Amino acid sequence: MGLQIEIAARGATETVIACSGDWTSANARALEAEIAGLSLSPAQRGSLSLDIHAVGKLDTTGAWLLTRLRRSNQQADSAFAGASSMHQRLLDRINQYEPGDLPPVRHTPALLVPFATLGRTVITAGRDIYLANVTQGHLLAALVRTLSLQAPLRMASFVRQFEVIILRSIPIVALISLVVGAIITQQTILQLRNFGAAIFVVDLAAILMFREIGVLLAAIMVAGRSGSAITAEIGSMRMREEFDALRVMGVDPYQALMLPRVFALVLGLPLLAFVGSMAGLVGAIFVAKVYGDIPVDVFFIRLRNAMSITSVLAGLLKAPFMGFLIGLIASVEGMKVAGSSESLGRRTTSSVVKSIFVVIVADGVFAIFFAAVGF
Amino acid sequence: MSVQDLVVGFDSKVIINGLSFELLQGEILGLIGPSGSGKSVTMRAMADLLPHRGGDIIVGGQKYAELNSRERVQVRRDWGLLFQQGALFSSLTVLENIEFPMREHLDMSSGLRREIARMKIDLVGLPAEAALSYPAQLSGGMIKRAALARALALDPHILFLDEPTAGLDPIGAGKFDELIRTLRDTLGLTVLMVTHDLDSLETACDRIVALSDGKLLMAGTLAEMRAASHPWLRDYFHGPRAHNLEG
Repeated sequence: MGLQIEIAARGATETVIACSGDWTSANARALEAEIAGLSLSPAQRGSLSLDIHAVGKLDTTGAWLLTRLRRSNQQADSAFAGASSMHQRLLDRINQYEPGDLPPVRHTPALLVPFATLGRTVITAGRDIYLANVTQGHLLAALVRTLSLQAPLRMASFVRQFEVIILRSIPIVALISLVVGAIITQQTILQLRNFGAAIFVVDLAAILMFREIGVLLAAIMVAGRSGSAITAEIGSMRMREEFDALRVMGVDPYQALMLPRVFALVLGLPLLAFVGSMAGLVGAIFVAKVYGDIPVDVFFIRLRNAMSITSVLAGLLKAPFMGFLIGLIASVEGMKVAGSSESLGRRTTSSVVKSIFVVIVADGVFAIFFAAVGF
Repeated sequence: MSVQDLVVGFDSKVIINGLSFELLQGEILGLIGPSGSGKSVTMRAMADLLPHRGGDIIVGGQKYAELNSRERVQVRRDWGLLFQQGALFSSLTVLENIEFPMREHLDMSSGLRREIARMKIDLVGLPAEAALSYPAQLSGGMIKRAALARALALDPHILFLDEPTAGLDPIGAGKFDELIRTLRDTLGLTVLMVTHDLDSLETACDRIVALSDGKLLMAGTLAEMRAASHPWLRDYFHGPRAHNLEG
């Protein structure tokens, strides 16, 4: 395509710029370049006139470019010559637009960024703890109201959540625990064999599975599977004002939405942990037979000596707390969802990350505690 | 643009069954009909957001179905759609929302793009400060205007509006109708508007197409509609809510 801007007359009193062709967004790049390439002296700029009778198509982009070119002439009030009525109408409208200055976006100086980030993180963490306490308070209040029969029991919702959160995750939890149990057993056998003590793999695998791994895997799995779902559910309900709708109807959303979920988590996670531990034990039995040549009956005799009910209880005792933490964090993060879909995604991610982190830390604290009290 | 014998359905349900009408260059056409008669479905099918089972959508003399994918992109760039809820990207500011389609389809410097996006904000009557707001911070009316600015980002020739005045107060709705008319005049738009708003039909629309049960009930001007004898049209244009049209 040829040039669309031509300096038609360079008179002493007037400079006429002839514009032609299509002034549309499709040609924006070329037009911009041509306008930038116009060499006009200040004097010429003072007496600019634009002849646009040869302009074909004109859209808002073209009209803005013309207007901008015309405005570059500050002294005189130059006009467009030869505009069709359609073009003139558009140009008139565009000419009403005065670009003001947008408020500048404030940037933190680069040196301060680490401190600003740290400060913000601390504030966010503090707010999280505060919100977790508030939510916990709401949940406990809802629990008390439910137990004292001042609020409905919501059995249907509880059963539904129990199925979705706990029952449906049995296969995956069992499978993962089985595999992890098998791997732990295999690695332990390979090491213990050096000492001729391969039989003690039974103690290690069984105690580890029941005390730590079973419950931890179940909790992590549920945090990833259901913690995210709870956050997303509550978050999108907040976004679409369903949450407020409940409140207006006089229904406490904590009691109606969160309590059944948290309750399902608290009651269900111990069961899930038990299923996981048993599956891990099955994996251990299998691998002990294959790698360690430990027959199943020998495994069971050893197991009876090594295991006690304490080990099982130590694992299962932790599970309700972990379930509660997952439910609490998922609820808090869900409540923090605001307006945008990006925030929903971010909250869901953060719900999973935080729950897994907190679950592992809690497990560590329990381990220290149980060791200290000799449980 | 026109529609011929359009058939649209989901699974076993047929929503639009043999609908034909024409959208004339430079007019504002109102699409009315009872709830569930398939107004929005028709519009979505015309904008190629829903597949149609039968019939043709004719754009610029060509059947849309027969265009190849590159031609389709060209044709679609010439369309703007204002969604009922605005459908602004919630994680972008208004300015970024308008710049987004421009960035995708237009080759221009970022400075010019920004200037034009801000000009569009002015064009739809939003205050300049709204540019940096996120959709969640805007009122319903402002969201509609911002969404309209985004629909106009690529300088479309055909504008589809899905209930543009729904949820606006009468004054805001009136101003929005006026805005549509002004934009039609200045930008040379052709507008198809799904609406329930009787005032919009009177002030904004040149012609009206009425749907019923997935078929064309009637097409014509407001005066013709009012003179029609079909019971639904009579109820619609002479009902208690239509009193200010009578005078």
